[in-house]
Amino acid sequence: MIPSLPINPADAMLIALFIPILGMFGLMIADRQPNVREGVTLTFAVITFLLCLTVLNDVAAGGRPTLTLFEVLPGLSITLKAEPLGAMFAVIASGLFIVNSLYSIGYMRGNEEKHQTRFYMCFAVAISAAVGIAFAGNLLTFFTFYEILTLSTFPLVTHKRDEKARAGGRIYLGILIGTSIGLLLPAIIWTYVMTGTTDFVLGGIMRTAADMYGAVPVILLGLYLWGIGKAALMPIHPWLPNAMVAPTPVSAFLHAVAVVKAGVFGVLKISTYTFGIDYLSSSGATDLFLWIAGASILIASAIAMTQDNLKARLAYSTVSQLSYVTLGAMLATKMGVMGGATQIAAHALGKMTLFMCAGAIYTAAHKSLISEMRGTGRTMPYTWIAYIIGACSIIGLPPMAGSWPKFYLMLGAVDRGTLFLLLVLVISSLMNIVYLLAPAVRAFMDPVPGQGEALKGPVAIQEAPLFCLVPAWFTAIGTIVLFFYMEPVVAFLNPILGAGS
Amino acid sequence: MSLISQLPVLPVLLPLVSAPLCVLLPKGRMPWVFATAISWLTAISAVALLFHVAEVGSVTYNMGGWAGPLGIVYRIDIVGAIVMALVALMAAAVFPYAKESVAFEVGTEQSPAFYSLFLVCFAGLIGVVATGDAFNVFVFLEISSLSTYALVALGAKQDRRALTAAFTYLVLGTIGATFFVIGLGLLYQATGTLNMTDLHERLTGQDNRVVRAGFAFIVTGLGLKLAMFPLHKWLPDAYTFAPSAVTAFLAATATKVAVYAMLRFLFTVFGFTFAFMDVALTLFILLGLTGMFAASLIAVFRDDVKQMLAFSSVAQVGYMLLGISFGTPEGVAAAVMHVFNHALMKAALFMAVGAVFYVTLSHHLSAYKGLGKRMPFTAACFIIAGLSLIGVPFTAGFISKYLLIQAAFEATLPVSSLFIVMLIVASSLLAVAYIGRVAYEMFLSDPPEGVNQVEMPWTMMVPMGVMTAANIYFGMDAETLTSLARQGADLLSMGGAK
Repeated sequence: MIPSLPINPADAMLIALFIPILGMFGLMIADRQPNVREGVTLTFAVITFLLCLTVLNDVAAGGRPTLTLFEVLPGLSITLKAEPLGAMFAVIASGLFIVNSLYSIGYMRGNEEKHQTRFYMCFAVAISAAVGIAFAGNLLTFFTFYEILTLSTFPLVTHKRDEKARAGGRIYLGILIGTSIGLLLPAIIWTYVMTGTTDFVLGGIMRTAADMYGAVPVILLGLYLWGIGKAALMPIHPWLPNAMVAPTPVSAFLHAVAVVKAGVFGVLKISTYTFGIDYLSSSGATDLFLWIAGASILIASAIAMTQDNLKARLAYSTVSQLSYVTLGAMLATKMGVMGGATQIAAHALGKMTLFMCAGAIYTAAHKSLISEMRGTGRTMPYTWIAYIIGACSIIGLPPMAGSWPKFYLMLGAVDRGTLFLLLVLVISSLMNIVYLLAPAVRAFMDPVPGQGEALKGPVAIQEAPLFCLVPAWFTAIGTIVLFFYMEPVVAFLNPILGAGS
Repeated sequence: MSLISQLPVLPVLLPLVSAPLCVLLPKGRMPWVFATAISWLTAISAVALLFHVAEVGSVTYNMGGWAGPLGIVYRIDIVGAIVMALVALMAAAVFPYAKESVAFEVGTEQSPAFYSLFLVCFAGLIGVVATGDAFNVFVFLEISSLSTYALVALGAKQDRRALTAAFTYLVLGTIGATFFVIGLGLLYQATGTLNMTDLHERLTGQDNRVVRAGFAFIVTGLGLKLAMFPLHKWLPDAYTFAPSAVTAFLAATATKVAVYAMLRFLFTVFGFTFAFMDVALTLFILLGLTGMFAASLIAVFRDDVKQMLAFSSVAQVGYMLLGISFGTPEGVAAAVMHVFNHALMKAALFMAVGAVFYVTLSHHLSAYKGLGKRMPFTAACFIIAGLSLIGVPFTAGFISKYLLIQAAFEATLPVSSLFIVMLIVASSLLAVAYIGRVAYEMFLSDPPEGVNQVEMPWTMMVPMGVMTAANIYFGMDAETLTSLARQGADLLSMGGAK
């Protein structure tokens, strides 16, 4: 059913890692011919996607392809190992990267942005890093590609090179590098010192750890959760709204394709493969972080309601949605982890749609403030309908994919006996409705400012370029399709919950 | 006598003997050709020695056939061989680089004098590592220091402040040397020997005021030479105003050799059993940490890039001291690795700074505007070496930071390990700030109007590129070197047990 290349899956992982890098050199050569250049981008994007699918197929069949690239220090190696969670993330990232690249072409040409070759080259490195994160076989590999992802997306965030971009980039780099070197790296080395390994092992490696007593598990968990700054758990979230200075395709990439997804993927992976669900639930280290994740969900939603800039509003919405995944991991129940894992997929599709719509509106009408968007629904109906579908998925309304993660998270909260979290989830959904659907309602119902009673009579449709519109619709339909095909995804992810207990 | 048996002495003799010959050469290119050839020969013999020592263990060589303790004995263990190979390889990389850079900054008029001073300095640094005689350490340390004062002063053609910098360095360096030699005198009085192995044997179990005073004098003297905070006053100015090639060489080697001498005296001469050691090690934690923060903070606010990197060097010495202060083989191994890796990154960084000066005649931050477009190769080297300084994976700096943090977690310290680790990472984040400032200028500012991409002489680009590549190589394949450093650290700290 899923297409697959006739390659050994272990090799497929390696090639998927290097194809984008090769593509980057191709981009460098094709600098002056935009059509060839975009052709190169799409080619390596598709090949990477097919390779990731190949790995996914093998993992679905029970395989766990492993490949050690080289040993950096005795006992510490750069190793790739595929498992369900990583394979799913790789497929989401590389698949949405194709959509994102198509959209980039429309957006970058439509807005006549400069330095487009550099832009695509950084994207190539970033997607390679995302694949590396997905297939990381140990914490060191994860950390390495995590840093490469930060550094390669920095030129994308500061693409406009003006004062605002410089300031935004400073916060982006400062927080992400600061937390990763300041908190994540010590956590990894501490783990290594206590357990003698950094490998990802199903069921966790902490049970045998020396010195895990007292406050140590809580401190270590905190170092990991805040150290993975890309997961934007409050108060490590300000980089995300500040990164909004980037062109919209970059925002889509940050929010849906790779960056924040790499963060929450890391949180889930470390919770299941380093700590282990059983260890987390028995150690009691998670209580504090459940509260923090819950607070993060509500506070970020509340801030989102106050934002007038559509992209900033979506950014805070992402902060809130990411904490769903952290919440799922911290519930440390099977349903909680499943909720977190499905949220990665569902949110990727939904948020991608919303960002691409925001970018389409900017490209067609050069409007980025919600208050200016009144009445644009009548000139750009296709964009806004796609927006509504994406918004409904984020809110969690069936038949959109976003309803499943909420369902699983609620089950997980009940399993754990923390009923207050049900309330958090319900309130958050209501807030989502307010801040996500209000702009759409105003776009359709309000008159265009300054035109009085312009609501009557037909209006000429002025849509964004097709390259902007089609990808948005593609992901919007994707959220509906995923709703109906969630079962195979859940079956595929089931092994990460552990065989026993 | 085979060449192998002469190997321990070759790296010292080659540059030392050829230095006087170099003065006799005509002005112009010849001294450079000669010195470069010598530096490569020295590097080959030093690397051969490293392989030899890795194979058979420590080697000893009796100078002139006179056995110790009467004669001077050269004793090279694995750590010594690593440091010696490092110094020689750095010289082999810096000498080719010096050609255009020195011709531009110092002028060809003085080239015979310059290159012979350079060779003397080189010979002195190798000698400190090779010798097994405590007084001989002092002699070689002074050989290298005296030539360094003159080399720093040669920067006066570009900036007259080089003269005051050299003078300050001269005064402070001499004070350091005096402290060191007083310490040696006290030890000699207490033990009647200057051979390091004998010194250790006779010092074991001795604990009286004379020995303690000797210990304090030696540590302080060496502390001055290696720019231990707060004895670092000479370093930033000397590095800032010296010719670029000299700075690249000194930053990569001089303080490193002093750190090695410190290791030798702490662990092989005095040994862990020495009662006063705990005091020194506790002091090192404090001074190391303070240095890391204070110097990094100063570096963040410097607009002169060369000065910024000089302060960063002071901060990096703090990491090495911290590694030593853990008093464990892991900590010492981490310090040795950082000695090696820091040499790689600082050499590349200072070479890049020199290249920028060659083109823009300035070290100021504003000269780096739009460098990503004007000098893409130099900018790339600067960024990669800078990332190594920060400690990003796949660079050499990551390895030393990793080992240091690991050592901190494993060591038993007066305060919580986690606290020390947090301080280590916090101070390395300051490196993000100062490297980031330069990166911002290089990539996010536009070059001044009317300036185009500039060609650089390949003699500057190749060494810079090699150093940068070494940063990446040793970030990916640190296994051999780490295990060697670990062996060496075990050996050093076994000194007490033997």
